[in-house]
Amino acid sequence: MDTLKSRIAAALRRVAVAALACWATQAGAGVAPATIRDLAFGDSDARGQAIAAIVASGDAAALPLLQAVLDGDVKTAGDDRVLQVKGDEAVDLLTGKTVKPLPDNLDDLVVNNRMRRELGTAIAALKLTSTDRATRLAAARELQNGAEEDALPAISAALGKEADPEIKGMLALTQASIQLASRDKATRLAAVKALGNSDSGATKTLLLGVLERKNGQYVEPDAEIRSEAELSLRAVDSRLSKGELFARVFSGISLGTILLLAALGLAITYGLMGVINMAHGELIMVGAYATYVVQNLFRAYAPGAFDAYLLCAIPAAFAVSAIVGMVLERTVIRWLYGRPLETLLATWGLSLILIQAVRTIFGAQNVQVENPSWMSGGVEIMTNVVLPWSRIAIIAFSGIVLTLMWLLLTRTRLGLFVRAVTQNRAMASSLGVPTARVDMLAFGLGSGVAGLAGCALSQIGNVGPDLGQSYIVDSFMVVVLGGVGQLAGTVYAALGLGVVNKFLEAWQGAVLAKIAVLVFIIVFIQKRPQGMFALKGRTVEA
Amino acid sequence: MTVGFMPLRHANGVPHFARGASGPAWIALGVAALVLLVVFPVCNLVVPPGSALHISDYWVTLGGKIMCYAIVALAMDLIWGYTGILSLGHGLFFALGGYAMGMYLMRSIGAEGVYHSELPDFMVFLDWKAYPWYWRFTDRFWYAALLVVLVPGLLAFVFGYFAFRSRIKGVYFSIITQALTYAAMLLFFRNDTGFGGNNGFTDFKRILGFSITAPATRMALFVITAAALLGFLLLGRAIVRSKLGRVLTAIRDAESRVMFSGYDPLWFKLFVWTLSAVICGIAGALYVPQVGIINPGEMSPANSIEIAIWAAVGGRGTLIGPVIGAAVVNLGKSWFTQTLPEYWLFALGLLFILVTLFLPRGIAGLWKGKAS
Repeated sequence: MDTLKSRIAAALRRVAVAALACWATQAGAGVAPATIRDLAFGDSDARGQAIAAIVASGDAAALPLLQAVLDGDVKTAGDDRVLQVKGDEAVDLLTGKTVKPLPDNLDDLVVNNRMRRELGTAIAALKLTSTDRATRLAAARELQNGAEEDALPAISAALGKEADPEIKGMLALTQASIQLASRDKATRLAAVKALGNSDSGATKTLLLGVLERKNGQYVEPDAEIRSEAELSLRAVDSRLSKGELFARVFSGISLGTILLLAALGLAITYGLMGVINMAHGELIMVGAYATYVVQNLFRAYAPGAFDAYLLCAIPAAFAVSAIVGMVLERTVIRWLYGRPLETLLATWGLSLILIQAVRTIFGAQNVQVENPSWMSGGVEIMTNVVLPWSRIAIIAFSGIVLTLMWLLLTRTRLGLFVRAVTQNRAMASSLGVPTARVDMLAFGLGSGVAGLAGCALSQIGNVGPDLGQSYIVDSFMVVVLGGVGQLAGTVYAALGLGVVNKFLEAWQGAVLAKIAVLVFIIVFIQKRPQGMFALKGRTVEA
Repeated sequence: MTVGFMPLRHANGVPHFARGASGPAWIALGVAALVLLVVFPVCNLVVPPGSALHISDYWVTLGGKIMCYAIVALAMDLIWGYTGILSLGHGLFFALGGYAMGMYLMRSIGAEGVYHSELPDFMVFLDWKAYPWYWRFTDRFWYAALLVVLVPGLLAFVFGYFAFRSRIKGVYFSIITQALTYAAMLLFFRNDTGFGGNNGFTDFKRILGFSITAPATRMALFVITAAALLGFLLLGRAIVRSKLGRVLTAIRDAESRVMFSGYDPLWFKLFVWTLSAVICGIAGALYVPQVGIINPGEMSPANSIEIAIWAAVGGRGTLIGPVIGAAVVNLGKSWFTQTLPEYWLFALGLLFILVTLFLPRGIAGLWKGKAS
């Protein structure tokens, strides 16, 4: 047994040695002996040219050689032999023959700082041809930290073939910055013009560098290039500000859809049924905790299907919140129909009890709800605009919820009943509509939608017992602003508030933006007490 | 209907203490005055600590605090119980009065703060070199006292004028008052607003030259608070018994009819709303030196809505009821938070529900029900 093991080990060792030898002979492959000689024996200019020649050839086969030089494995023996040392043997890079034992007159090939930098650039440039994205990305990053003009052809070649937008952006930037340092005016001009097509913030820095003044003198002596740079700068600026505008509109819409989800349930319970449900925020919280529980169940019993836990969490959040809502309606709220202020106080009491109950069960600390993996990351629209998948998913989700709710209210029998009871309870009742049942179901529906909102919120924010409290004022504002009894109004109000809020935020900071929006709503309601989209008609008040 | 209020069917729409016909109510008031203005000071300051009759400083502070809350509940009763307007923003007026007094108290710390600067510690921390303009003159007590009345009063007047002119009522009014106090809370949470941000004002040293922690000063504040409470009780009684009070009750029960009878509800509502805010501000100003801290948490919507439950528990539209309600709820709160802290929210929540469902007239209603 032992002999077999040792035999196998010996065989493996032999294979490994052979492979190493093979690799070692390959090290010099593809590089002309003259170049290798320059690299080994030339002065620093000749060495630089040799490296440049290797890079210009763009042959990845030269990579091991450059790496070996950088690592100090390449040594000279006498003044005609260049050896790559590996352990106790070496390969003659000019002839490809193995040398063993090592000659006595080995000399280190001295790699000074300049050469080290040149080698680094060269290796990075050659690595750009790799098929592995991570290698290319690392190489592009390396080049960005300072590449010589020699690497330019390799970068340009790689740029032509590169498909990955991130790497491509980095390469283009590196290329331009190398070109900007060029001594040739035409190259600089071309670079400045090319930068005008970019949409990254780093480009702006580069262009500003061109226009910079030092001691009253322009860094860039040529006026033509400077004016071209100004044009490019303007183009980049406008593209950047467009990107920012787009990003802001997106985050506004994203906030708007969150508000919409939070307010949609309220639009049913308050808007249609007239119940002031101060516990609405807590129903959102219950939905978020339902998501948390489902997530934990998946983690414990089906870790393989973890990415799909939301599929179960969505109906669970709806069901739990809807059941809690219906229980509240049956036990407390139905006794208070038509007494809005009392309803307000009683539901506030309910909210306190729900908060404390959750605190007792799950603890006062925030709990961790993890995104499924497909929700991480985002779509990069421009280099400075990334739209996170989680936000996109929530926008889509709220669109679906809104559509379903609209269909439910306008196309189903339950919806018909809800609208009938809203418009004229006594008449609906005498026509045989079971008003009490409809009340319960409608309230359950509104609460369930709150649960869905909680499920969505759990994906982008903290989940804690106080989650609902932070949304209750906002959601009432949305419903009040949009006009009671109006789904469309709720939608416009939510999206409008979201976008306005984000724009004010960029201008004056988050807190002042929030205050401004609240003050705006207070003023707005003075003017249009019935909301933006008041039901037309002559309803008698009081 | 949607007056937003279930009309309380009292004999004449005005309950009995306010009607003023009964002797027992006056006797009770006299006893309360005797206890608060004489028994408490004597038992706290004169009776030695070992004695069974001694009232400890703890109870003086708690009593003073609860009386401030009772004044707020009384103010709430004027606007909600009698006029049918539920404000969910009274915590804001309370806090504004408190902040106005707090500014004076901060100024009287002088250079005894942590940084030994003439500026309050939080301003030193923000690297401010001078007081902002709205802090001018706040080192004078009379000016701070003026602010206590003017700031909540003006805010309430302007806000109320626009709200009542647009005939915002019922739940709408409640919700926008809630938004108002919420917005103010966010504003005061900012450090740059200049009111100490999160931490607010604290570490007071003296008031009008007296040490703020001295037992005599505390007792003086207690007595002043008690006198203010009794005074506001009498003022409230005078108002609700007057013709003005009758119009207010009428607005509560049928605003349209009041309008059709030729009254403009705007000014009636505005008067009682502003008065209620000013009373709250004064309560806040009395509260801050006794409790020793004021921060934006006082403006949270939860605090304001709790005020409503004090009034509801005690019985709306009775003046004395909300005072009792504030005392009962807050004694319960301090008992719960000491012995069963995790159950206090359950108890408070149940209180909200049970009172609205089963006790619409509150504690005062129970007692009245037995009497009649």
